[in-house]
Amino acid sequence: MEIKADTTVCIGAGMCALTVPQVFDQSEDEGTVVLLLQGEVPEELEDSVRRAVTLCPSGAISAS
Amino acid sequence: MTDLTLPIARQRPLDPPDEIIELGRQGSMHRMTYADGHLGWLVTGYAAARAVLADPRFSNRPDDMHPPIASRADLLKKGEFRVPPGFFLRTDPPEHTRYRKLLTGQFTVRRMKMLEPRIAEITDACLDVMEAAGGPVDLVQAFALPIPSLVICELLGVPYEDRARFQEDARVLVNLETKADDAVAALGRTMAYLHELIQRKRKEPHDDLLSGLIEGGELNDEELTGVGFLLLIAGHETTANMLGLGTYALLTNPGQLAALRDDPAVVDNGVEELLRYLTIIHLGPFRVALEDVEIEGNLIKAGEMVGVHLPAVNRDPSRFPEGDTLDVTRPATGHMTFGHGIHQCLGQQLARIEMRIAYPALLRRFPGLRLAVTPEEVPMRSDMSIYGVHSLPVTW
Ligand code: HEM
Ligand code: SF4
Repeated sequence: MEIKADTTVCIGAGMCALTVPQVFDQSEDEGTVVLLLQGEVPEELEDSVRRAVTLCPSGAISAS
Repeated sequence: MTDLTLPIARQRPLDPPDEIIELGRQGSMHRMTYADGHLGWLVTGYAAARAVLADPRFSNRPDDMHPPIASRADLLKKGEFRVPPGFFLRTDPPEHTRYRKLLTGQFTVRRMKMLEPRIAEITDACLDVMEAAGGPVDLVQAFALPIPSLVICELLGVPYEDRARFQEDARVLVNLETKADDAVAALGRTMAYLHELIQRKRKEPHDDLLSGLIEGGELNDEELTGVGFLLLIAGHETTANMLGLGTYALLTNPGQLAALRDDPAVVDNGVEELLRYLTIIHLGPFRVALEDVEIEGNLIKAGEMVGVHLPAVNRDPSRFPEGDTLDVTRPATGHMTFGHGIHQCLGQQLARIEMRIAYPALLRRFPGLRLAVTPEEVPMRSDMSIYGVHSLPVTW
């Protein structure tokens, strides 16, 4: 699974960081999404990542 | 269905009006007549609501809006009730983006978690006072209002001692029956207070959010006043009502109360379920179409209003089966209580933390907590744009 995040779209609502703190964080200054993982998402987190993608209010993150 | 107007009166205090429940059964989008005669839409379905709130072709600017209910018609007609600069809830991108980006860094999940110890301390202090006074007490005045009020005041850097100068005006502003003149006056008083405060902070900065924004140098005093106003009102009238109404809901559903009190693992999800089930933003949000938009086969014409009925959306059976029952163990995430799209609540992580601390602390301190009146005697906030209880007499 590959994750993409677009900080220009992100509105910093924090649903991603709340749902999968292992994968998503928010930047200190703008509060926009920060990807903590480089490369593959561990399988056991894939469901949570998918949930974060649907919970994100701005469509800033995607997983494929 | 063009004779539909927005129903407000509820038959049962914790359920949306029966007319709304019936509409939800018939479909997800409905034609609705607004208070000035405008023919717009009302959305009760989950998928349609998400589509509307995520779509940039809908605006949240007040300019071309039509009032959903009569008292608001009065306000808009007056024309004096201008949305102040900096009140970014009622702006569109790119204006909205500018404000939102300045603030999101202050409301991240991590920042809010850092407030946990202080929120716990405030909560305990309120409970100590209640315990020392002995029941019965009004839980709204003793607990539900002071906790979020103190927290938002400290976060913004608004002296809590000054609360008499804005708490009452905040109530006036969300009261649906407020006359236009009174709303204009209440808005004016609070704005004048905040403007004065911001000028003081410019001279004498402290370690707080408003001082930080002043130092950032991006916003002028007028804009800062509007931002401060939005955060102060939003921080007061929301979590406070969740705490009051949530406690009422739990006291009238003792099994759910016991689950939340006795199992710490239930708390996080229980808070989401209370947010879903209670949906205190019960008359909106509203948007206006900037161009023709098709949603689920319905053509919304440019200039038409769309209202999203969040309580109905949060009980859409296709998304939340048995949505009419409160079940603190159901998977409740994905509810739309904080809205959706670019305006989704900025303060939601703060509200979550406040509730995750406050509900269990209250229920564990007073295991025998009960209503001091009959459930029917509790005055509900049917007359306010944010639902809740006006007061909640409890004892233990
Ligand atoms: C349980 C408590 C709360 C609920 C149910 C709630 C609900 C909402 C909803 C539904 C919206 C979106 C309105 C729309 O789309 O038109 C919103 C926006 C907003 N909320 Fe909250 N809110 C809560 C707590 C708070 C708190 C504690 C704050 C304090 C900082 C806050 C600040 C805001 C702000 C600033 C916006 C505007 C965001 C924007 O336009 O980008 N809210 N809230
Ligand atoms: S959930 Fe979406 S909008 Fe919110 S911080 Fe994460 S990426 Fe940004």
